[in-house]
Amino acid sequence: MINRPLHTVGFVFGLSVLALAALAPPARAQENPYIITYDHYLEEPGSLEVEYFSAFGTQRGGNDFHSFFAEFEYGATAWWTTELYLDGQTTFNDSTIFTGFRWENRVRPLQREHFINPVLYFEYEHISGADKILKEIEGHDGEADASESNALARKEHKHELEFKLLLSKTFKGWNIAENTLAAKSIVGANPWEFGYAIGASRPLALKASAKRCSFCRENFVAGVEMYGGLGDRHSFGLHDTSHYLAPVVAWNMPSNWTLRLSPGFGLNDNSHAFLLRWGVSREFSGFGATIGRILGGRKQ
Amino acid sequence: MTLTRTAKFRAIFRAALLLICALALTVPLISAQKERAPAQKDESVYAELAKAPKKAVARRNPMEHDPEAVAAGGKLFDLHCAECHGETAEGGRKAPSLRAREVQQATPGTLFWILTNGVVRRGMPVWSKLPEPQRWQIVTYLKSLGPAEKSSQ
Repeated sequence: MINRPLHTVGFVFGLSVLALAALAPPARAQENPYIITYDHYLEEPGSLEVEYFSAFGTQRGGNDFHSFFAEFEYGATAWWTTELYLDGQTTFNDSTIFTGFRWENRVRPLQREHFINPVLYFEYEHISGADKILKEIEGHDGEADASESNALARKEHKHELEFKLLLSKTFKGWNIAENTLAAKSIVGANPWEFGYAIGASRPLALKASAKRCSFCRENFVAGVEMYGGLGDRHSFGLHDTSHYLAPVVAWNMPSNWTLRLSPGFGLNDNSHAFLLRWGVSREFSGFGATIGRILGGRKQ
Repeated sequence: MTLTRTAKFRAIFRAALLLICALALTVPLISAQKERAPAQKDESVYAELAKAPKKAVARRNPMEHDPEAVAAGGKLFDLHCAECHGETAEGGRKAPSLRAREVQQATPGTLFWILTNGVVRRGMPVWSKLPEPQRWQIVTYLKSLGPAEKSSQ
């Protein structure tokens, strides 16, 4: 079970980061619309992106749920981005609980742009069985896993390492991304589990207009992503796995906020029939320098 | 036997976590130290311009005669570049001046190549996430600025 001290630490951490981020100026980045798929672009060095994501999911044979996570994404260097997630969920007619944290790192091994651009991904998860953010689908994950009550599900501990190979290419405004996932529980004798995510997206206009505007077509990026499980080491393949198809759209606002929306549809009986995801994010530049000043005592 | 292996794995894993945490905290400090020396005084930062392939150097700017390209490029520069290169492109603590002779004399194709590929090891991210026309608009804007000496006269 995720105990109370961890919950408190997560809350305090989130508040501290937000307070520090307030000291750094906001910045504008051209964000992709994907919620599950990763492209090969990392966070700008020294910048912190604070994000809130939310997913409403339908549940056959149980209560619908609303899961959510806060994400703190920091560009340590131009080739390394590190992120912390704090997860929670509300199951209707049940309860609202904190379900754990994830720590993710993405490293870009190649310095320049290539025909296909690889990024290596490493994540550690410390979550309970009640986690429902569905940030990735792996192994034989399915709708039935989410039907247990929170009281029962949170008794299960998950300490998991997750590795991904992210491949991405941008050509004539189109971004095509493919992610392959392998996950292994640190505790117990669970087998390696596999999954995938693919996505394609494009800004609605490739040329920028001369004036600052909120509703210019260039501020909108639309696309589609598909993700699902690929079984495990003992039963690799599509049998008894769940899959989703989700149109995605992002609105990069001139006020430094980005809004994402994605209705997702389950593609087989193992999947949740419908997932509505949305997220809001803001990027703060110079966060690393702010921390450096505080820790190093340097004056501007 | 299994328990021992799990315990060993956990210990190694915790050590790795601590190491990565330490690195994540150290990198901003090192970056802050580096920032003390103004980037624009280090002329080696412009050496990357010479690394552009001939084919890239020879590329022509399709936005060169677009009347709106300078204004649009200026807007994009403010949004994505000014934070590091300064509002007037004369350089900042993190990144060099783009009004230096080396940059202003570079071909549009060279600047487009730098913008697309970044200089990752020096902290400049790749900007291929901006659509190609927008990168050319930024190049058009940069070329319109001229060298810093000229503007100060």
